[in-house]
Amino acid sequence: MTAQPVLSVRGLTTSFRVDGEWRSVVRDISFDIGPRETVAIVGESGSGKSVTALSTMRLLPAANSRVEGQILHEGRDLLALPEDEMRRVRGNAISMIFQEPMTSLNPVLTVGYQIAEALIYHRGMNRETAEAETLRILERVRIPSAASRIHEYPHRLSGGMRQRVMIAMALACKPKLLIADEPTTALDVTIQAEILELIKLLQEEEGMSVAFITHDMGVVAEISDRVVVMLRGDKVEEGTTAELFANPRQPYTRALLAAVPRLGSMRGKPDPQRFALVDPVTGIATEMPDEVSTARVAERPVLEVANLVTRFEIRAGVFGKVAARVHAVEDVSFSLHAGETLSLVGESGCGKSTTGRSILRLIEPTSGSIMFEGQDVRALDKQALRATRRSMQMIFQDPFASLNPRKTVGSAIAEPLIIHKLCNQAEARDRVAALMKRVGLTPDMAGRFPHEFSGGQRQRICIARALALSPKLIVADEAVSALDVSIKAQVINLMMDLQEEFGLAYLFISHDIAVVERVSHRVAVMYLGEIVEIGPRASVIDNPQHEYTRKLMAAVPIPEPSRRAVRRGLSTTELPTPMHDIDYVPPTRVYREVGPDHFVQVMSA
Amino acid sequence: MSATVPAHEPAPTPFAFFMRSTLRAFNTNKTSWVGLVIFLLVVVAAILAPWIAPHDPLEQDVLNRLKPPSAAFWLGTDNFGRDTLSRLLYGAQISLIIGIVSTFFAMLIGTVIGMGAGWYGGRFDTVVMQAMDVLLAFPSLILGLIVVAMLGPSMTNIIIAIALTSIPPFARIARAPTIAVKERDFVEACRSLGFSDLRILSVHILPNILPEILVMGSLWLANAIRTEASLAFIGLGVKPPTATWGGMIREGFENILDSYWLAMVPGVAILVVIFALNLLGDGLRDAIDPKLKGEA
Amino acid sequence: MTAFLIRRLAFACVTLFAVLTLVFVLVRIVPGDPAQLILGDQASREAIVALRHRLGLDLSITEQYRVFLVGALKGDWGVSMVTGQPVIAEVLRVLPWTIELTLVSLVLGVAAGVPMGVYAAIHRNRFFDYVARIVSLLGLSFPAFVAAILLLLMFAIVLPWFPVISARSGSPTAWFQSITLPAINLGLISAAYIMRVTRSAMLEVLSEDYVRTARAKGVPWPVIIWRHSLRNALIPIITVVGLYLGILIGNSVLTEIVFNRPGLGKLIIGALNQRDYPMLQGMMVIYTMVVVLVNLITDLTYGLVDPRVKLQ
Repeated sequence: MTAQPVLSVRGLTTSFRVDGEWRSVVRDISFDIGPRETVAIVGESGSGKSVTALSTMRLLPAANSRVEGQILHEGRDLLALPEDEMRRVRGNAISMIFQEPMTSLNPVLTVGYQIAEALIYHRGMNRETAEAETLRILERVRIPSAASRIHEYPHRLSGGMRQRVMIAMALACKPKLLIADEPTTALDVTIQAEILELIKLLQEEEGMSVAFITHDMGVVAEISDRVVVMLRGDKVEEGTTAELFANPRQPYTRALLAAVPRLGSMRGKPDPQRFALVDPVTGIATEMPDEVSTARVAERPVLEVANLVTRFEIRAGVFGKVAARVHAVEDVSFSLHAGETLSLVGESGCGKSTTGRSILRLIEPTSGSIMFEGQDVRALDKQALRATRRSMQMIFQDPFASLNPRKTVGSAIAEPLIIHKLCNQAEARDRVAALMKRVGLTPDMAGRFPHEFSGGQRQRICIARALALSPKLIVADEAVSALDVSIKAQVINLMMDLQEEFGLAYLFISHDIAVVERVSHRVAVMYLGEIVEIGPRASVIDNPQHEYTRKLMAAVPIPEPSRRAVRRGLSTTELPTPMHDIDYVPPTRVYREVGPDHFVQVMSA
Repeated sequence: MSATVPAHEPAPTPFAFFMRSTLRAFNTNKTSWVGLVIFLLVVVAAILAPWIAPHDPLEQDVLNRLKPPSAAFWLGTDNFGRDTLSRLLYGAQISLIIGIVSTFFAMLIGTVIGMGAGWYGGRFDTVVMQAMDVLLAFPSLILGLIVVAMLGPSMTNIIIAIALTSIPPFARIARAPTIAVKERDFVEACRSLGFSDLRILSVHILPNILPEILVMGSLWLANAIRTEASLAFIGLGVKPPTATWGGMIREGFENILDSYWLAMVPGVAILVVIFALNLLGDGLRDAIDPKLKGEA
Repeated sequence: MTAFLIRRLAFACVTLFAVLTLVFVLVRIVPGDPAQLILGDQASREAIVALRHRLGLDLSITEQYRVFLVGALKGDWGVSMVTGQPVIAEVLRVLPWTIELTLVSLVLGVAAGVPMGVYAAIHRNRFFDYVARIVSLLGLSFPAFVAAILLLLMFAIVLPWFPVISARSGSPTAWFQSITLPAINLGLISAAYIMRVTRSAMLEVLSEDYVRTARAKGVPWPVIIWRHSLRNALIPIITVVGLYLGILIGNSVLTEIVFNRPGLGKLIIGALNQRDYPMLQGMMVIYTMVVVLVNLITDLTYGLVDPRVKLQ
């Protein structure tokens, strides 16, 4: 690192004006990015990592933000440049890509124009030359049939393709530095792997530096040379990736690394295990003892799903005729015992959430049978269904969205008790207090509104509300996916405590395979509405048999810097959709038993 | 929106919470206060008309026809020698009653239609909302004019005509957030907790869309008052000799060349009331719009 | 795009049919016998029977409906009770006046409203923005007839620059003189409306991620405003302008009365005062057709501005 850094951040402090007061969200941050180096800026939500990136590009609204310090690039302080000079730097010497590829492209301009624009304004090219160059860049980011894509509008492209277009746009002028702000967070894990691979490759080809902002320690380990760890606006620690992972100096870094679930860490343990307890002062983790299985496999399963099918009709044309069907859930069968956790894993659009909602009949299934405690859920009338739903509850991804913002959390928890006439007001108050205590909150918080709580606390409230009706089954739909890692570990431990205490059956719907490995007794992998592999967790995860399961596992980033050299090879996947013509008849699937209770869909030739 | 829990404070009741957020909305937009105060002053003046009006609004005085403003007649007199100020005060009653009653019914019916369409969706939604769109696109003044002309210009018929033309905007404004709220997880959570549709709609969705509907209400009250005045100006108002603002302008317009104040005074009065309501509604709309929150 | 076109056309036909039915019902729910109402209490029995026959009221209700629908589509809207002329001829005679007035004022409104709205959005919470917001709010608080009377008083009576009666005669100067005040009246109210819509649409668009992307790319600010932002903002602007045409048509009636200008407004008021039912019915039909046409044009404009429309 003797060469002059490409970017040198010195004493960066960014403040926002909130209610007339200046509040600093990033304080006195300094770091360098050397030539051809990849620096990861990592932190949980509210750490100021994205603000750091936006400050560097001077993209924050001038009216209510203030950036102090120095950002040196090729001997110039970017913060001191006049706006017009700065404009010439953006997209030219320094480029940026963002988290949300779906909203970051202009819907009314063609993809080609949006890429060519950078060339027109920075390189002074005319339209034709710019278009020819654009085509070359699109091929470099491995967009299939680039020539035909150039005149398309963004809504025709998938999320992964749009992120490739964003990258093409950023690299058009061969920048010295690429700032990537959580570029893969919104993408599926297999697409994420492809985009990370692409960024690595292009970095080598172009010889540029990368500032990679992320919350995912796995991604950090895969991509970066050095790491800057941030916490609530301060830099906590900085070091080479290998050193930081092997030997974290600060308690926060240690705690962060301890809380990260690692795929493969459960090898040889048949049952789920709670996350290690982390001492908040020292950051030292104490592993929890191995557990005894809570699953009551001897009893009749709480939930038996057989040949479940849920399809949505797509109407089109003048008279709204059914033009096609989305086969969201296709011939799904499984059972779930009391005290057992079955995870449904898969990527977006695979039908895992629809499966969960179909079981509760929040969405009406098309066919199949759902037996809950020996009762046929699909045969229930409205009244009986409402009564049965007391025993099957749901927890959602966004706890804030699943609480009514205008009701106190106490009344939110009490409401189901009162509606179902399980107790009177006074008894409800006591029950609420007990429930809140059980999920790790204090009863005096009952009078507050959802916005007064943190994300983790809100998810605890949702769990308390679900528990109020003493359910047998809880469908947890991405219940911990939106939480920061340390909070995620705590909420999962709580869920496992409750499972042990009440013998709850969890249908755990998640895209995060590392978490799934930690919590589940059994795992079902879904792809295009079908279960392609199902079996005991240890067997499915340690010994995946289906091609798709293997691909999925291989794509998961592992927080292990030694794996950085591992190359997955470049590929461009377009996830097929489960949409079919109306006359489509799904093939009959055959499953092969490859181990005890471990079934794999036989791949069609 | 930080992750910290604020220090212990007594929990507010839902009512206090509602009042507090309303007050906050007012405070962030001072012009709303101005609008509210002006509007309330007009309401009070209309209520007190029988006591504060200096003359009988219908009393004709042939000796004092078309007099300019003076000590005896602060705002002058009209073609029949009637006191303009008194007629203005009594006219406010008509405008406000017609405006408020018609807006109230439009709000009620429109909200039910919109929430129903949003909640049940599908064909029902399509048909109802396309009907609303057609009604919305049709010039409301023309529609009101025909309805009043056909049914006859009575107060009830004017209220019916104006309410009819104001339903679609409320249906629209109630539908969009119903769909948005319906898709939010807490409604799914309510369903999975076994709550009935009616309870979810009335207890969980209505309070969430009520602020927007009330804000729309203040804006459409302004519009209803304007439509009433326009109808009266065309000659389809509450029958003379009852004083209405639109009717006063109509009569004043006939003498525009020599007694311009006869048309100007009620004209300015209408303008002030509508402007006040627009200030109120516009300010509140900015304050409750979540998209604009958190910005300076 | 073709499917979209066909769908919108089909919808336009359904709308036309629905509103025509509504008109038919509306004209027939009048309490009492129209013939009696028209002729008054002293009319003889024979006169009433004759009139009922002339109006087609002696036919069965379904037959009346059929005659009405076929007539409405063929342009046979009956004969005016007052002038004895075919309704369609009367309507077509004044239609150009109204179209001319609405178009000129709409152009004025867009030409003034859009740039001001864009400017106010860019300079949000600055002096110009505050002034523009208050002034435009005042502008759209004006009942059209109050504004018209004010203009008339100021620029035709106090300052006799323009004629009091805005009827055009041959020369371009006369045309200009006759249309200026009515068009300014409607144009100012439209401008206030369009300015506010443009401002809020632009504010929304300017906070979108793709505007940030364009800035991160180093695109010059004017290009970001006009090419990246305004084109997206046009989508809500078109919606509102389409809906606003209903208000504009209503306002044009009031304006025509104040400026004593020929047009649909004057015609409909005349028909109302004379209880000329065939004329009223014809007026409703023409308004319906105008509204359906405007909706169709709005929809097609979407297709031009928003590439996503073609997908549906």
